[in-house]
Amino acid sequence: MSLRIVVAVKYVPDATGDRRFAADLTTDRDAVDGLLSELDEYAVEQALQIAEAADDAEITVVTVGPEDAKDALRKALSMGAHKAVHVEDDALHGTDVIGTSLVLAKAVEHTGFDLVVTGMASTDGTMGVLPALLAERLGVPQVTLLSQVSVEDGTVTGRRDGDAASEQLQASLPALVSVTDQSGEARYPSFKGIMAAKKKPVESLDLSDLGIDASEVGLGGAWSAVDEATARPARTAGTIVKDEGEGGKQLAEFLASQKFI
Amino acid sequence: MAEVLVYVDHVDGAVRKPTLELLTLARRLGEPVAVHLGPGAETAAPVLAEHGATRVLAADAPEFADYLVVPKVDALEAAAQAVQPAAVLVPSSGEGKEIAARLALRLGSGVITDAVDVEAGEQGPVATQSAFAAAFTTKSRITRGTPVITVKPNSAPVETAPAAGAVEALEVTFGDLARGTKVVSRTPRESTGRPELTEAAIVVSGGRGVGGAENFAVVEALADSLGAAVGASRAAVDAGWYPHSNQVGQTGKSVSPQLYIANGISGAIQHRAGMQTSKTIVAVNKDPEAPIFDLADYGVVGDLFQVVPQLTEEVKARKG
Ligand SMILES: Cc1cc2nc3c(=O)[nH]c(=O)nc-3n(C[C@H](O)[C@H](O)[C@H](O)COP(=O)(O)OP(=O)(O)OC[C@H]3O[C@@H](n4cnc5c(N)ncnc54)[C@H](O)[C@@H]3O)c2cc1C
Ligand SMILES: Nc1ncnc2c1ncn2[C@@H]1O[C@H](COP(=O)(O)O)[C@@H](O)[C@H]1O
Repeated sequence: MSLRIVVAVKYVPDATGDRRFAADLTTDRDAVDGLLSELDEYAVEQALQIAEAADDAEITVVTVGPEDAKDALRKALSMGAHKAVHVEDDALHGTDVIGTSLVLAKAVEHTGFDLVVTGMASTDGTMGVLPALLAERLGVPQVTLLSQVSVEDGTVTGRRDGDAASEQLQASLPALVSVTDQSGEARYPSFKGIMAAKKKPVESLDLSDLGIDASEVGLGGAWSAVDEATARPARTAGTIVKDEGEGGKQLAEFLASQKFI
Repeated sequence: MAEVLVYVDHVDGAVRKPTLELLTLARRLGEPVAVHLGPGAETAAPVLAEHGATRVLAADAPEFADYLVVPKVDALEAAAQAVQPAAVLVPSSGEGKEIAARLALRLGSGVITDAVDVEAGEQGPVATQSAFAAAFTTKSRITRGTPVITVKPNSAPVETAPAAGAVEALEVTFGDLARGTKVVSRTPRESTGRPELTEAAIVVSGGRGVGGAENFAVVEALADSLGAAVGASRAAVDAGWYPHSNQVGQTGKSVSPQLYIANGISGAIQHRAGMQTSKTIVAVNKDPEAPIFDLADYGVVGDLFQVVPQLTEEVKARKG
């Protein structure tokens, strides 16, 4: 039977742009161009490799996000995913991670899955908790923060490099996996892939399709609130010296003046 | 007075420093109650008590080591039900954040991750966070349920505040999912004898400019002269010159030491995300246009192979 893989990908403001908050203290998605979160490219890549190793597999990419988030889905499709699901609804604006995990869980269940693959963290919110929340909601094992992953005979195995130790993990499917940027470079879409992606199906869903009440999501449904966001004061210009042979000594002098030595 | 749960990060009862920082923060919100899972509670308890823990809820079972994350969530959930805390504080590590999130969902509560400060507020704890690679500072609060907050290392001072801290057994019943993800084997990280990267007061880092694995000896020598931890940019890690566990930045560790010394690092946004909140920043780079100089309190434009060894010698000489 076909292995059904669902990859959750996020559309995020480009980190090299001048990212800000909007007036309602949500991420300003207009100030900076968006793209498929670079960390989710690793998730798509590992899904593709797992699919290639399986006899028969189908990859669906899912995103929860505004109209433009289709770009992220297209990129994933052009890398080789087979089809996409886009959950889009005006009521989703300002949803927190708890709410996003609810919507994604419903979308993933709607799609049907044996394996869910996510990135390690989004590059805008950088929380890194959605994978654990999604596993909790779906009631499947979480095999997360993997730098190496494989699936064989209904079992997923992987390596998790933690602070204190490197662990070899194992779980039975269905399961949820998240992968780090150590899992292997993501492929570039080929020209053929880009052309093919244009014809691949993208299913659009709104909250009512998923049976979610608007009060459970959005800013109003969030279980946390940002009350204040202030730009960090620019660091005051420091002293920059050119090394004329005494640079190390000058630096030592500075460190001594600051009581570091 | 309300009680506040503090999840204890430890190795066989040796309490790691970020947990002691959490006790400082917990005392601002109420009476700290420590939750100690796995072996070593009797060893940990006196240390936790000395830093303010009024009670130490302890549970030990093979599940905590043999299965990923979920057994610990089951235990914290049991602790939360027993204590009805005003808040739950968990150290911000990969695992800590996962535990906190699942706990929050089960408690019907919101979750805040990577706080760099926590204070009592009129509507419950107020958490300070850094956003967008530390370009912004935000203040947030939980609006529903028991606030569950993960806190980064170096966010508060370690303070002694002696309390009773007696060990009490915590009853834990593991749920269906507890044994879902088996830890088949575990290879402990080899100790370098240097301070922990996220906990160190001084971090000395090297980037692509270091030019090779063997050249990292130059960076290590400076670090050792200062008693510092060693960090690396992703370029240096990807090149295989230094272990990923030492990577500083968005997908590595986030550090906030008193002093950060960047050597041969350009200062890309993803690197800055992990070190921008350091108190004092020093950079050595041969390119005067390198963006790292925009952050530096003191910068030397020059070849690191000249500047760094000279600095190391000078530090050693001054320290005698
Ligand atoms: C999703 C994502 C996540 C990322 N996460 C991280 C992360 O966690 N951490 C991270 O660091 N990066 C991360 N990056 C990569 C980041 O964008 C940069 O590529 C990286 O930080 C560059 O490392 P570097 O400064 O060492 O190298 P470079 O940018 O190549 O800079 C090397 C510097 O060394 C200087 N130099 C060369 N030789 C000498 C010499 N002899 N003496 C003095 N100076 C010298 C050069 O002038 C130059 O400024 C991430 C990127 C992405 C897309
Ligand atoms: N809105 C979203 N739509 C789809 N996937 C998401 C979304 N937000 C987060 N994710 C997934 O969850 C991972 C971790 O996100 P976070 O917990 O927000 O840092 C990301 O790498 C994505 O794989």
